[in-house]
Amino acid sequence: MAQAESRLRVSDRDGVTTVEFVDRNILDEANIQAISEEISALIDRTETPKLLISFSNVDHLSSAALGALITINHRVRDREGQLRLANIDPQIYEVFVITRLNKLFEIHDTADEASASFA
Amino acid sequence: MGSNPTVIRDATRVELAKDRGLIDDVIERILALAAKHGFDAGSGFAIRLAIEEAITNAFVHGNSTMPHDATVTVEYRVSDCSVDVAVEDRGPGFNPDRLPDPTREENLSKPSGRGVMLMRAYMTEVVFNDSGNRVRLTYRRES
Repeated sequence: MAQAESRLRVSDRDGVTTVEFVDRNILDEANIQAISEEISALIDRTETPKLLISFSNVDHLSSAALGALITINHRVRDREGQLRLANIDPQIYEVFVITRLNKLFEIHDTADEASASFA
Repeated sequence: MGSNPTVIRDATRVELAKDRGLIDDVIERILALAAKHGFDAGSGFAIRLAIEEAITNAFVHGNSTMPHDATVTVEYRVSDCSVDVAVEDRGPGFNPDRLPDPTREENLSKPSGRGVMLMRAYMTEVVFNDSGNRVRLTYRRES
């Protein structure tokens, strides 16, 4: 059965869904759209989703990717869920600081810290 | 008659179709040249981000009212002192001074509107032509 290749690695543990990216660069519009749809489907699986997005493999991120994260954040909140971001490279974290999105998202240094922070 | 500040003299010119492979090729070419001229990885991160935003804006917003196969022109010149890149779309242009500030509290949760702001944050200079369909990005080496 032909299925579009996933751009994500997904794991579930203790009620937390962790998402990692296959690609090092999250820049391409079509790719971002596919990632966004895939994560949205994961959010919609549960009543009050606990979603951890890890950027451990990511070297570059565009403003379109930031936009997708904001949309994902809205979707999680609509379902009274919680979203955490983790393992963000210092250069990419700087992009969050410049755009002040570090104020919008709950960002942790490591996935373990982010996991432990879920209420 | 004033000169156009977005013109790059002796630039290499590439016309791009909306194709990820072609976009990646030109960006990699510019970054390889920048590295050859001694720009470090941090500079490369900044230059890639700004070019990426400019090209995305050109295709997604600039050419939005144009035929589907409308192209985007990229011009570049790299020297030991600076990396200059101009990106031009086929659309009618826009007024970059009218963009809302995406860092204001009321705009923080809006999913779009950060591209030009990021270009300005990471480049030494960002200049638009009068009609707003062409932008010149300049990254100068810190002296």
